[in-house]
Amino acid sequence: MEKNELIEKINEVLAEEFEVEVSAITPDADIKDTLELDSLSLVDMVALIESEFGVKIKGTEVSQVKTFGALYDFVYDKQNA
Amino acid sequence: MQKRVVITGMGIYSCLGKTLDEVRDSLYHGKSGIIFDPVRKEMGFRSALTAYLEVPDLKKELSRSQRVYMPEQAKYAYCATIDALRNAGIDQDYLNTHDVGLLYGNDSSTVPNVKAVDTMREKKDTTLVGSGAIFQSMNSTVTMNLGCIFKLKGINLTVSGACASGSHAIGLGALLIQNGLQEMVVCGGAQEVNPWSIGSFDGISAFSIRENEPTKASRPFDRDRDGLVPGGGAATVIIESYESAIRRGAPILAEILSYGFSSNGDHISSPNVEGPSKSLMMAIRRAGIDVSEIGYINAHATSTHVGDTNEAKAIYNVIGDRRIEVTSTKSQTGHEMWMAGASEVIYSMLMMKNDFIAANLNFENPDEDSAKLLIPDKCIEKHFDTFLSNSFGFGGTNSTLIIRNM
Repeated sequence: MEKNELIEKINEVLAEEFEVEVSAITPDADIKDTLELDSLSLVDMVALIESEFGVKIKGTEVSQVKTFGALYDFVYDKQNA
Repeated sequence: MQKRVVITGMGIYSCLGKTLDEVRDSLYHGKSGIIFDPVRKEMGFRSALTAYLEVPDLKKELSRSQRVYMPEQAKYAYCATIDALRNAGIDQDYLNTHDVGLLYGNDSSTVPNVKAVDTMREKKDTTLVGSGAIFQSMNSTVTMNLGCIFKLKGINLTVSGACASGSHAIGLGALLIQNGLQEMVVCGGAQEVNPWSIGSFDGISAFSIRENEPTKASRPFDRDRDGLVPGGGAATVIIESYESAIRRGAPILAEILSYGFSSNGDHISSPNVEGPSKSLMMAIRRAGIDVSEIGYINAHATSTHVGDTNEAKAIYNVIGDRRIEVTSTKSQTGHEMWMAGASEVIYSMLMMKNDFIAANLNFENPDEDSAKLLIPDKCIEKHFDTFLSNSFGFGGTNSTLIIRNM
């Protein structure tokens, strides 16, 4: 999957699951703030990325993926590793 | 001195309707909520009969973070409770500033468990189960969800007493209020409606197989009954002390005169006569009334052979030859199980408030025991001011409530 296509898909599934406007999801935006995630719904975000894109964000890696831009890079790099 | 306990609000989400008016009309007109569900047949069910109701879409009412922890029966319970609170004239401000309790009957939450186990087996990764599963799958799912959504601050626990859960919840709530431990308790019962939750029940041949006539399948007390039909939904009553209701200027609908209970101490699935009789007699004794004051009996009768026979015997033991109408609203709804004790209080309340007794549908021929009772097979117009409602469950748990019009 091309990166642009991947970004569009990530935005789409996150917006649908967490009920936010796609336009609110920008590369620099904070994931937790934008999606209004607490410690429980953060688990759902990780599970969604894993089930939709086959990429597992391990517990130690979650803290590194703060923005959507970081998430795009993380998923793209893992998929293409 | 014990406090008087009154009912000031009711709400229901059932196969007979989503509002009190709809349910009242369904009861009056003898509408059946039972259908044939072809999916169950494909799943290998012996009986594909079930009550039908839709799972409400609460996207507009609740946030994702509230909905994600709710299995279907918690959604039914939310709908019933928001209506009951409105009916009782209670707003969020009142709930925020008073220690309102919550006792709700529920005794299963199957689908979230099935989904979680399927995911763990297939993926071997517990993260993929998601955050909602644990809260959806616990027996106390209804009370934990409602307690958080409505920000309740009194007692908060689930009553699991099999098919008497909803009735015990109301009875226990009444005891707390009588003894001054709570001023108000949100009480009710909820029951999931899906094939997974009752497949094992189907497996012990408990269900009617009159599949060619779904609306005739649930026939409590009828000679040719062949088993129950599963149903569900949720029902909520707001109960509070008489003083609290007066202070609030609340609409007082009825008074809970008493709660009787017993355990059979016998077989796990077959009820006996002694246990239910004891529950009935305890309720009558505690109500301080004469049996002749009871104007209507809402029976537990589920349309099983042994259950209905033994309940008919128990009722006859207590009322003798007095001509008191006895019906089972399960002839219209099927067996609403964990919800039934609460919903049947509401069905009986709607009849009492509107001067009728709904037909015991499909009561075409009595058997030896039901012949001794006055069981109307058609809706009758009748004013009554006191009713008794029975609920019995697996393991031999029995609950009886006596409620008087106000």
